[in-house]
Amino acid sequence: MNARVKHVELHADDDGLNPGDVMLKLENVSLSFGGVKAISDISFDILKGEIRAIIGPNGAGKTSMLNVINGFYHPQQGVITFRGQARSRMQPYEAAASGIARTFQNVALFKGMSTLDNIMSGRTLKMNKNFFWQVLNIGPARNEEIEHRLKVEEIIDFLEIQHIRKTPVGKLPYGLQKRVELGRALAMEPDLLLLDEPMAGMNLEEKEDMSRFILDVNSQMGTTIALIEHDMGVVMDISDRVVVLDYGRKIGDGTPQDVKNNQDVIDAYLGVSH
Amino acid sequence: MLYRESGQYKTSYIADQAIFPIREDRIGMAIIGLVALAIPFFASDFFLNAIMTPFLILSLAAIGLNILTGYAGQLSLGTGAFMGVGAYSCYKLTSIFPDVNIIILVMISGLFSAGIGVMFGLPSLRIKGLYLAVTTLAAQFFLEWCFIRIPWLYNYNASGAIEVPERRGFGDIILTGPSASAMTQYFVVLAIVVVVTLAVKNIVRGRIGRQWMMIRDMDIAAELMGVRPLTAKLSAFAVSSYLSGVAGAMFIFFYLGAAEPSAFSITLSFQILFMVILGGLGSLVGSFFGAAFIWGLPIVLRAGFPALGLNVGAEVIFHIAQMVVGALIIFFLITEPHGLARLWQIGKEKLRVWPFPYA
Repeated sequence: MNARVKHVELHADDDGLNPGDVMLKLENVSLSFGGVKAISDISFDILKGEIRAIIGPNGAGKTSMLNVINGFYHPQQGVITFRGQARSRMQPYEAAASGIARTFQNVALFKGMSTLDNIMSGRTLKMNKNFFWQVLNIGPARNEEIEHRLKVEEIIDFLEIQHIRKTPVGKLPYGLQKRVELGRALAMEPDLLLLDEPMAGMNLEEKEDMSRFILDVNSQMGTTIALIEHDMGVVMDISDRVVVLDYGRKIGDGTPQDVKNNQDVIDAYLGVSH
Repeated sequence: MLYRESGQYKTSYIADQAIFPIREDRIGMAIIGLVALAIPFFASDFFLNAIMTPFLILSLAAIGLNILTGYAGQLSLGTGAFMGVGAYSCYKLTSIFPDVNIIILVMISGLFSAGIGVMFGLPSLRIKGLYLAVTTLAAQFFLEWCFIRIPWLYNYNASGAIEVPERRGFGDIILTGPSASAMTQYFVVLAIVVVVTLAVKNIVRGRIGRQWMMIRDMDIAAELMGVRPLTAKLSAFAVSSYLSGVAGAMFIFFYLGAAEPSAFSITLSFQILFMVILGGLGSLVGSFFGAAFIWGLPIVLRAGFPALGLNVGAEVIFHIAQMVVGALIIFFLITEPHGLARLWQIGKEKLRVWPFPYA
């Protein structure tokens, strides 16, 4: 298959925000499950065009934070403002429609489908030809399929996974599965991309590749990225700003340098002598 | 040697996304098509009537269930009843509109089945797996009850059964009823099954089919990609029940000729479910394999004993055939849980690299 596409044309939708404007804002968000407080009174914001890292020890509430942002959990208190609009009780598919994509801590690919189909599934919201055109598979439905295939092939080129295009993802090694999952999220051409531990379980080379992809996505497509990651080297190198959680509370927020020197953060990670 | 895709380069995505992208597959399908067209001119009426026609109809029913269970991941035990809905609607339709071509009515009767399927699919939004299977079981029993207790459905026949009236179409060809020829009915069924299967293939490889598979494989991620569980699950129920309904209507009008409510009992539901599991979940060709296996094997076994010169009673043969089929189902499920379709796929992969064991 000759890729006719030389450069990546995918980009986040123009939403009227300039780089540096507040894209997502959380104010005093609290979430609890029964008596367990997963998140208490957290406020922070994500600016358009930045790479925002969320770090913290295990059980700090990082994944819950992402789940709140894309609508899996509904916080009991607090206001979430996305692109200037406060929202309440948003469903995950509504979050998807408003331009939030995500990858999962444990790879959540569609195991029975090929790499190509998995990434095509990211185009679901962009396709709209109705049932009867689909049945006939001529004219508009077919053109739509081909048109989106072109976009998907751009992503496949971008992530350098041409050789596994037709392979069922269940058969792929873990590192490639993570990459396909990133591709699937990119296919949505999101404004805000949430990555839940994109580098967990990877070796050094794979981490370097993944970091390169994340930086490229950010700079070439203009996608705003929020990521959870445990590898401090990666976090300090690629993120613009870092928010630190511990036991559901925010204990630090700022540039990697600020956070690194924050005494609370050091205590949370290394423990304090009593 | 015979089956190689090397050297067959695709220069467009349209060619790459064709249903049969490999030339050998296209040749194979052409041969199968020719054989299917030629069979009636060589085979006996018994072969057409008792083997080929019901095989094709049950394949369609299996495809229907496969949409729901194999593609969308929703377990159902109500296929038999949904087939019944199709059959009874077709019967009522042709009673009310005797002049409309029966084939059109068969296709329309599937819509009634689809509507009822959607209704009984609603619980799938809350419950999954075996629990959903139990609610579809409720559909099975409720609908069966309707077939028995609502005399309007069988036109107040004293026997409580429906008898297919004679219907003509395409000039003056007898399509249904006792005097319809086996060949005519076979061709009608073949045409419907081929057209519908192609339509289904187009659906499952497009956006809608992908949505079903997304829900099946990882419903949380699917929601996050913008799939509404409501639309995806209910559309799977609708398409699945539509196909079951069309198959049910054909089952009565082009095969059985008359039916009591017991024709659509839970036994039929299980039979279709076995076809899907044995043929291969999430595979259209597997549905045909499964139907051929479950429908064909008892017939082969029953014919096999006398052919071997063994003098055993018909009853004994029937029971032995059932036992053998049961044992083979268990054997297949242990050796290849993904069904005959996977065996077919493995066979093709082996052929591709032959004579080497792997590429």
